[in-house]
Amino acid sequence: MEKKRKILDIQIPDIMPPVKISRRKLLGGAAAIGLVLMQDSFGKAIQEAKPLFEVPKDPTKVLGVPPGVLGSRSPFEQPQKLPSLTSSRTPLQDLFGTITPADLHFERNHGGVPAIDPNKYELVIHGMVEKAMRFTLHDLKRFPSFTRTCFIECSGNFRSGATNLSPQEICGLTSQSEWTGVMLSTLFREVGVNPKATWFLAEGNDAAVMARSIPMSKAYEDAMLVYAQNGEALRPEQGYPIRLLLPGWEGNTQIKWIRRIEIADQPFMTREETSKYTENIAGGRIRQFSFVMDARSIITFPSYPIQIEKGWVEIRGIAWSGRGKITQVEVSTDEGKNWEEAVLQEPVLSKAHTAFRLLWYWDGRQTIIKSRAIDETGYYQPSYQELTLARESKGGYHFNPITAWEIKKDGSIWLINDI
Amino acid sequence: MQGSMGKFNNLRNIFFGLILMFVIACQPANKKNKAKQELEGSDVPVHPNDEEWPTHFGFGNKADELLIKRLNISIAPDGTGLPAGKGFADQGAIIYKAKCVTCHGPKGWDGPFDKLVSNDSSKAKTIGSYWPYATTVFDYIRRAMPYNAPGSLSDEEVYQLTAFLLYANGIVKINEEINAKTLPKIEMPAKKFFVIDDRRGGREIH
Repeated sequence: MEKKRKILDIQIPDIMPPVKISRRKLLGGAAAIGLVLMQDSFGKAIQEAKPLFEVPKDPTKVLGVPPGVLGSRSPFEQPQKLPSLTSSRTPLQDLFGTITPADLHFERNHGGVPAIDPNKYELVIHGMVEKAMRFTLHDLKRFPSFTRTCFIECSGNFRSGATNLSPQEICGLTSQSEWTGVMLSTLFREVGVNPKATWFLAEGNDAAVMARSIPMSKAYEDAMLVYAQNGEALRPEQGYPIRLLLPGWEGNTQIKWIRRIEIADQPFMTREETSKYTENIAGGRIRQFSFVMDARSIITFPSYPIQIEKGWVEIRGIAWSGRGKITQVEVSTDEGKNWEEAVLQEPVLSKAHTAFRLLWYWDGRQTIIKSRAIDETGYYQPSYQELTLARESKGGYHFNPITAWEIKKDGSIWLINDI
Repeated sequence: MQGSMGKFNNLRNIFFGLILMFVIACQPANKKNKAKQELEGSDVPVHPNDEEWPTHFGFGNKADELLIKRLNISIAPDGTGLPAGKGFADQGAIIYKAKCVTCHGPKGWDGPFDKLVSNDSSKAKTIGSYWPYATTVFDYIRRAMPYNAPGSLSDEEVYQLTAFLLYANGIVKINEEINAKTLPKIEMPAKKFFVIDDRRGGREIH
């Protein structure tokens, strides 16, 4: 990937230092970081902070970079999403805590990321309503607002079949943000939804004109239309300027770049809710409208591709459930013979990534470590064997098995498949 | 279509029931209790305290018929929303060769992207083996295809492609006219396999 990248342009930060300092001097020593406009392997222009110059031996002996208009990551930190043609995965193994930086939030789209002018943006709500209405972005921001932290996970979030897979590759299609917007029920109140309505269609303004039918009950439970993510406007990849947020439900239903909501009394049976985002289950049946994401967890440290040393290791990971709060995470360090209760980082939020940890002394012997999540409904995250047995299917959407890591004597860590 | 209507009625009952339960749960007498319960940390408090709110905030504007007509492209499985026009498989085959073959292959199962046509040797999720409603074929092509020129086909062309894809999957005959009346009446082979999600959390593995 790196080899295919092409540098398009280099910008030295345009700075007005409060003290007299020559640009030449800046170039010579202090300005170690520049914004580099790169072209990635898909031809998309991306901006990256790169070290342009030598880092001084003693940073106390040279003037540092003056304050700037935008922060940037240390050039020594290079977390990256992992793109394919239709999605890009969050580097779970590089993150700490539970919030995903907005630029590392996973992406999944069905026709690329559309460019939308916020000044021309409009949302239309029509169908079984007293008064069909259109709202500009400005209108939507005037309504009483609400802020909530929750995860969004793609229901096709399972990869296996090789031992050299990282958490990003196994289940990097889950991310968490603090979202701000307006409750959908507030807007439905404004347009006067007919009480006989049972479903609504949400439709995006992208090249796929992505559309999903959503039960009306979710609108009154906790659905939102959000315009902000982690304190700033949504990223284009996450639906700028407005996306639907359905806490705990599969990502595909949370229509990005939303342009239209049609209130109805039946589902529309769009392609995404019939031929996609449905799964084969026992008895040759196909499960439809499986909206809620079941509980899941993964140990993100230690995990492939790192190598650990003998001694104390804090096992760390995240657990989440679309049905409410995670109540417990159990960790096994002896191939599943015994399970210990991990510490959950408070506050534990409903329908949110929850950080867990367990202090463990690794004696250098080969073993398998794994975690399982338990949520407030009493659901236990199943093993791969249990899940394939129950489903009579070895994958598909909503596939959330326990992830098992093998630790070899040399401290290298490998994914164990199919247990 | 009988079975399909029965399913809609069931869905309708279930969700109408849910709405009723919600309406009951949100009676003003219970409202304060609910807010209190939420604040005590049993859940994320997600319901705004709207008792003090005006009936309408007055933000936004009326959406007129013209605007709605322009935007409203949805099609229901009972055929609501299907436009005028018609198509036949032989005409669709010509468009398919010109605009679809690069991604989906000459036979519909031999391209680099989604397999659309069932053949005996493949377990792929095709229109013939997996799609439960014929109206979805029209709706999806009109929304999103061709991938490199979305929204470029006329309604007539979409009907023709729909006819061709249903014919290629052995669902309609070559001379069968596909239009707003006939399309929703087509019974798709995979429909009988579809069941509504019955997972409810708890100890059982689904």
